[in-house]
Amino acid sequence: MNQIDTPLIVTAFTPLAGLCGGILIGLSAVLLMGGLGRVAGISGIFGSLLGRWQPDSAWRLVFIVGLLAGAILTSLLGGFDSDSMAFPGNPLSTVLGGLLVGLGTAIGNGCTSGHGICGLARLSVRSMVSTAVFMFFAVATVYMMRHVIGA
Amino acid sequence: MDKLTALLAGLLFGAGVTLSGMVNPMKVQNFMDISGKWDPTLIFVMAAALAVTFAGYRLVLRAPRPRFAPAFVIPSLQGIDERLIGGAVVFGLGWGLTGFCPGPALASLVFGYWPSVLFVVAMAVGMLLARYAFLGKNENISSGV
Repeated sequence: MNQIDTPLIVTAFTPLAGLCGGILIGLSAVLLMGGLGRVAGISGIFGSLLGRWQPDSAWRLVFIVGLLAGAILTSLLGGFDSDSMAFPGNPLSTVLGGLLVGLGTAIGNGCTSGHGICGLARLSVRSMVSTAVFMFFAVATVYMMRHVIGA
Repeated sequence: MDKLTALLAGLLFGAGVTLSGMVNPMKVQNFMDISGKWDPTLIFVMAAALAVTFAGYRLVLRAPRPRFAPAFVIPSLQGIDERLIGGAVVFGLGWGLTGFCPGPALASLVFGYWPSVLFVVAMAVGMLLARYAFLGKNENISSGV
């Protein structure tokens, strides 16, 4: 790893907070399906807002506002310490990664939420394949960066 | 009521990714570092979210239509094609490189660190690039399809 990269730090294994957070994410997906009949896929909700205003833009915008408010509220209530945050890599890798995530989720029709949670819950074969592929490539990328190139 | 439902769903999602620590990209990248600084928390997040969604979908999809909308909009695409695989590969590379995927990245904006802003702006550019360079201009970006 070179000098400008954020040093890698160990993060604590927090299964209980993980389970509770996961339950909230699941409730969000169920509420959006039961209430509006929509998949809670963040890349699609956010991506559709980039462009002309559509009839569906209103609920999507409100959802994103809620998402931001939920993050603020959780940290205010002591559910998360933002001082613990650390960002791997450097400005260049952050921009490159953002571009890849934007391109990949738009081309592949979904991300961790749309394919990984909602799609898998529908037992969609496309989502199973997508999730397996992006998980594999994420793990392989980190292996290459941390143990091959950056070792 | 539909807007209130969307707001509440957003709140739950934002609270979920924050409480679980998934807004911290180092924690997510450590999950992917199986042979190194492994933090298995993400499995618990995914498993819980999946279990609740699996059971909940079966419950709510029994109704003839959603509570506040005319019909369920369930992705109808079938078949595995280059687009699905290629998109997942590219997404996986970016997710691994940064530890950020779209939901947690957006939620992390509220904590005011510049890498979150940099990532979200680049992600938006990537989505627009995909729309104008690779996909049809009129195609909607969809999710979980």
